[in-house]
Amino acid sequence: MSATRDHLGRHVVAVTGIGLVTPLGFGVPETWAGLVAGRSGIRRISRFPTDHLKTTIAGQVDLPEDATRSEPLACPARVERMGTIAAEEAVAQAGFAGRRFPGPLFMGMPPVEIEWTQRLALARKVQGNAGGEVRYPDLVAAASGDRDLYEGFLYGGVGERIADRFGAEGAPISLTTACATGASSIQLGIEAIQRGEAPAALCIGAEGSVQAEALIRFSLLSALSTRNEDPARASRPFEKTREGFVMSEGAAALVLESLESARARGAEVLGLVLGAGERADSFHRTRSNPDGGAIVGAMRAAIADAGLQPADIDYVNAHGTGTPENDKMETLGMLAVFGEGKTPPISSTKSMIGHTLSAAGAVEAAISLLTIRHGMLPPTINHETPDPAIPLDVVPNVARPAKVRRVLSNSFGFGGQNVCLVLGAAE
Amino acid sequence: MSPDTASHPAGPAPLPQPVWITGIGLVSSLGEGAAPHLAALADPPAPVLDVAGFAPFPVHPLPPLNLDTQIPKKGDQRQMEPWQRLGTYVAGLALDDAAARPLAAEMHLVVAAGGGERDVALDEQVCNAIAGLPAAEAALKLNEMISGGLRPTLFLAQLSNLMAGNISIVHGVTGSSRTFMGEEQAGADAVRIAAQRIAEGRGHAALVGAAYIAGRWDMMLAYAGAAGGLWREAWVPAAARQATGGGMVMGSAGVFLVLETEAAARARGATGIARLTAITGTASRRRGEDTALAAAQRLATPLLPRLVPGYAVLSAGSGMAGSYAAEQGFLGWLRDRGPAQGGVTPVADMIGHTVEAALPASLALAALAVQAGRAPQALVSSFGMWRGESLALVEPIEGGAA
Repeated sequence: MSATRDHLGRHVVAVTGIGLVTPLGFGVPETWAGLVAGRSGIRRISRFPTDHLKTTIAGQVDLPEDATRSEPLACPARVERMGTIAAEEAVAQAGFAGRRFPGPLFMGMPPVEIEWTQRLALARKVQGNAGGEVRYPDLVAAASGDRDLYEGFLYGGVGERIADRFGAEGAPISLTTACATGASSIQLGIEAIQRGEAPAALCIGAEGSVQAEALIRFSLLSALSTRNEDPARASRPFEKTREGFVMSEGAAALVLESLESARARGAEVLGLVLGAGERADSFHRTRSNPDGGAIVGAMRAAIADAGLQPADIDYVNAHGTGTPENDKMETLGMLAVFGEGKTPPISSTKSMIGHTLSAAGAVEAAISLLTIRHGMLPPTINHETPDPAIPLDVVPNVARPAKVRRVLSNSFGFGGQNVCLVLGAAE
Repeated sequence: MSPDTASHPAGPAPLPQPVWITGIGLVSSLGEGAAPHLAALADPPAPVLDVAGFAPFPVHPLPPLNLDTQIPKKGDQRQMEPWQRLGTYVAGLALDDAAARPLAAEMHLVVAAGGGERDVALDEQVCNAIAGLPAAEAALKLNEMISGGLRPTLFLAQLSNLMAGNISIVHGVTGSSRTFMGEEQAGADAVRIAAQRIAEGRGHAALVGAAYIAGRWDMMLAYAGAAGGLWREAWVPAAARQATGGGMVMGSAGVFLVLETEAAARARGATGIARLTAITGTASRRRGEDTALAAAQRLATPLLPRLVPGYAVLSAGSGMAGSYAAEQGFLGWLRDRGPAQGGVTPVADMIGHTVEAALPASLALAALAVQAGRAPQALVSSFGMWRGESLALVEPIEGGAA
């Protein structure tokens, strides 16, 4: 039996519960089956009209209540629902269902804003009351005393309600590091356990931003694929004709627990979180430094934190967004860290799920653990024309059986926030 | 496990090695830097208010900032709106105050953030154009208006994590970068996590802070729904608002602190401002027996033996009725249980309520107060407007700074 302390004398961190909600399905089995089959979850957006939009496709997760609502759920409510569903699956698997969760909640999620549904409802209230031109002071007056609006759009609201539901301890931390958010959430959980703050941590990454204004914002940054005519083929990480990412949504929850605590409870250990590394970039708001320094630094830091060498990594779950820039820089990072000709297989599950933004780091950590457990590398689909500038084994198009003991999972965010995790086999 | 943590196992662990505050960047309606704030602590001046700009809500405005001194590239300034500029500006002040620029590349960054500015004029145009239309037609027009009307780079000026991103770009702080969200508790947890990380040996220095711009209609909309949320009468201190339901007067402030382990600070000959003895926090559900008062009492219990007579209290409270009453109850409980309490300063009466920046700003004032010898210790108490209870304790550095 392996030791319960790591190479630095810290608690070994185990994973005892995994939950997933993705465009491929609700629950871990459905998402994993979709990934192994190379199925795309990307389709035409049906939640709102897409006229006048350059991008009309996304990885949209339909909740049961979406069918009956006249107005779409707001992003924080959607994040809360999907985060809760994923957490229920993870907490049940860990054996904590129906009791207080014995540690803190780390909630990776997008920033919160009052949305058009709410703003227009207030504007109609103003027009109904007084008529005339609607100005912000009128909206504020109309919102006065609207407790649902206030609590629904507090930045700490989602985390508080999920912490309450699962009985998590202490103050929940809600966080955003752009596209690295889900990985940062897991990193905070690792640290809380290593510090001895609690025997367990509930780490969630959730995203629910498939709505018009968020889509338009990314579109205005020219970040999104506009391959609208064939949605399933739009997300093309590492492929020569890639031209942007596909927005997506979903949630992942991981129950992290000290190996010591998991063993004492007799809980099944699904895998280990061996290390985490991070590095911020100071180059540009949306681009990495051309030297790849921060990406390389984060990858190396994670591997070192795990007490490993690059050669110990069997597979990399890529950030792999499918933007020309990201995939080029990630390739540079791979070559720098592992050496030319020595890179392990790397695939981007965003080719099937799309880019779940704040959820992605957590979703992909979950997929990395499933990769180890099932001995199967998920593919990078839509790999039709290889990019000669990307000399990597991207597991093209078809899942591949492989013995995998250690996975590096990369997450690189807008604003230069880069976090990498190393996940390992249970024993 | 130490007795401190055993008494409330859910609580954060004590800091495993001493942490100093070695730099403070602070801007509020009172001005910039230590001097105006220390003067106000000694002799509270009349609050600096803008009563017309956001009537009926009085707000504490920002003083003019010489942005070029901390954000030298105009291109960088243009990429930000006032909220990010303020945070980036004060982060630079903190680095300078600590003489910590050489540490920036390895320094951890933890920011507590709300959201950046929306295009308020565009929001109003859209509301007027489509609020009266049938839903299907309104949705089409919305797409058209915001696709054509939004400035492409505004998104980056809005994103919560891009204040941190700009601090990395402008000041080269690249050890790590995390942004916490969640009103007052985000500010408290940012300080707590930053301090814990360096105290447990993950790096030696951290830059932690937040900024809030009070004069923003989009943020007023967010807080308008709270019962007694925004104070809409002539300014009076928070205590005097309680008879009519309480309420917040929002304040504009930016604050960043440089935290270093004592060992690292001494090794580079840094002048410490104060020792951060404790930073701790939780979130009660504020229902039934799980009250804010009980939560703060649990947090304070391990600190009680450390308190010395005459300790000052810096209250980061908002002025909202429920949390105000709970905090007053807690301070009374402390007076009953602990040594003689020194002065209690409601920070929001000086600079307004600054939400994510409320605890870091109060902590900055506490550090300045003990450094100036105004009190033997200072306790910061933060009761969030909706959720979150936190305490911090600062003490003078023994024997003066190195």
